[in-house]
Amino acid sequence: MPEITYLEAIRQALWEEMDQNEQVFLLGEDIGTYGGAFKITKGFLEKFGEDRVIDTPLSESGFVGAAIGAALMGMRPVVEMQFADFISCAFDQIVNMAAKHHYRLREPVPLVIRAPYGGRLHAGPFHSQCPEAWFIHSPGLKVVAPATPYDAKGLLKASIRDPNPVIYFEHKYLYRHAKGEVPPEDYIVPLGQADVKRAGADISLITYGAMVQQAFQAADQMSEQGVEVELVDVRTLYPLDTDTILTSVKKTGKVLIVHEAPQVCGIGAEIAAVIAEDVFRYLDAPVVRLTAPHTPVPFSPPLEDYYLPNATKIVAKLTDLASY
Amino acid sequence: MIEGTVVGLGSADLLRFYYYLRLTRGLEDRVIKLYRQGRILGGCYVGTGEEAISVGSACALEPDDVIAPSHRDLGAHLVKGVTPNEYMAQYLGRLTGLTRGKDGTIHFGDLRRRIIGFISPMADGIPVATGVALAFKTRREPHIAVAYFGDGASSRGDFHEGLNLAAVLRLPILFICHNNQYAYSVPVSRQMAVPHVADRAKAYGLPTRIIDGNDILAVYQTTKEAAAQIRGGGGPIFIECKTMRMRGHAEHDDASYVPRELLEEWRGRDPIQKFEHYLREREVPEDQLRAVEARVVKEVEEALDFAEKSPLPDGPEALEGVFAP
Repeated sequence: MPEITYLEAIRQALWEEMDQNEQVFLLGEDIGTYGGAFKITKGFLEKFGEDRVIDTPLSESGFVGAAIGAALMGMRPVVEMQFADFISCAFDQIVNMAAKHHYRLREPVPLVIRAPYGGRLHAGPFHSQCPEAWFIHSPGLKVVAPATPYDAKGLLKASIRDPNPVIYFEHKYLYRHAKGEVPPEDYIVPLGQADVKRAGADISLITYGAMVQQAFQAADQMSEQGVEVELVDVRTLYPLDTDTILTSVKKTGKVLIVHEAPQVCGIGAEIAAVIAEDVFRYLDAPVVRLTAPHTPVPFSPPLEDYYLPNATKIVAKLTDLASY
Repeated sequence: MIEGTVVGLGSADLLRFYYYLRLTRGLEDRVIKLYRQGRILGGCYVGTGEEAISVGSACALEPDDVIAPSHRDLGAHLVKGVTPNEYMAQYLGRLTGLTRGKDGTIHFGDLRRRIIGFISPMADGIPVATGVALAFKTRREPHIAVAYFGDGASSRGDFHEGLNLAAVLRLPILFICHNNQYAYSVPVSRQMAVPHVADRAKAYGLPTRIIDGNDILAVYQTTKEAAAQIRGGGGPIFIECKTMRMRGHAEHDDASYVPRELLEEWRGRDPIQKFEHYLREREVPEDQLRAVEARVVKEVEEALDFAEKSPLPDGPEALEGVFAP
């Protein structure tokens, strides 16, 4: 199987879905001639034409609203939010119009919003955020956050084929820092299924996105010390695959939850609560979280490095847990 | 306009306009009464005095055109095929309402009738209607989208973003503003420092028309012409209908902040009385007018009866339908 980058996997998913279904089209800022801020849609305008690759004015609420309208007409819009940070400008359309539509009127809104998110590129407080919790908390939205090229391609295809609004968080650091095997044939990764990326009997490490890479490094280091970490990649944040999470926790009895988003009311809090409610008596230690602190994402490299979770910090938490 | 003759309209058309004007007012008056009696749920939002905008414009559209109405557009819903029964059931939170009790008041739509459902944040329907128009343009379908909104909504970003997007992409969409001079308690002079909402649209390069929103024939004729121009590939058009909100923002609001003289002045320009006067001048027989009124009274009472006899949801349905299967 060929090895490709996370960015290439996303590009392939978009290309193939557009090629297969002429109702799929793209909307966003600088996605046409320029090929997108991260060059994901480079070459799309030439192939699919300006009806299907639409450069929009700077108006996130406007073009997300327009995508909702087109989706109601049976089209399959895929919006590129240039940086996930700017999704706040479209928040109202997403949580009030798109998310509640099927519940109120039983009319589906097959919409995908691609949101490049996350830090480690020293891009400061407005180009580095992880706003996934805003959407997990809003009923009616599906939220995905792939960590590998295989998952990125399969989850994006599944998102485009899903009849509901899906917020697809693609991590900017992974674009060029994640490579992996992706089969040439058509496949999807179903929404709502976590993936045990590494099996282990001692501690469950539950995470997603760019933290999966860090978790792998940490798990390898722990293995050298004789502690086997089971790495659960949540992949879809809503609907959350609690079965896979709880099965792992029952097996290991110890849990570390890691995410790059701030801790307060993050998805880690939800996962911790589910574990406490459902498998408390299997636990051999308190549930532990390692996340970003409750501050904006800082700009200067030492500040951002201090802010972000990483393999070293994960190892420290795992070591504490192992000796609990 | 009303003194003249609108080309192509026969007496059947005129009676149809009259029926929808009367039906809109009849249903809303009934709902106001129910509100006062404590028989409905939640707030009560009506478009008294603004019926000509909604009815006149919707009557000028083709069946496959899609509308995104606002909360004072019951008339447009009715013209598009929403039944009085569904409206009453919706207001009373019944299973037979268009949202099966999931949402209330005028918060409904139905794509089978080509209506985008209204939601509370004002102007949100404008970008959505723009997207409907985008779908029509992409698929080379000959339909247009129509977005309705008020003067207050024109201050929101979604108004500006929607108009601008429609303009740069030259989409087949018609924007219809009810300038009813008040957004809740805020007069239009505190909403914007330009005299007309249409001035805002001009900034995006849209052709604009400013008309008397209480004159159904003016609304009909202007919409008809604009729709034809849009369908011909002319790009979006903006119509500002000058009118007056004759009641509070909703029925809990007595609108004591509105000068009485302003209301009195507009009471004399009531769109239904104005149209009746026109019909009489056109020598439409009185018994035909009375027959329409009697039909409306009957339909309103039947709708209320239908709604009150309709079941309420049980409760567990609250969990259903969050996602499409």
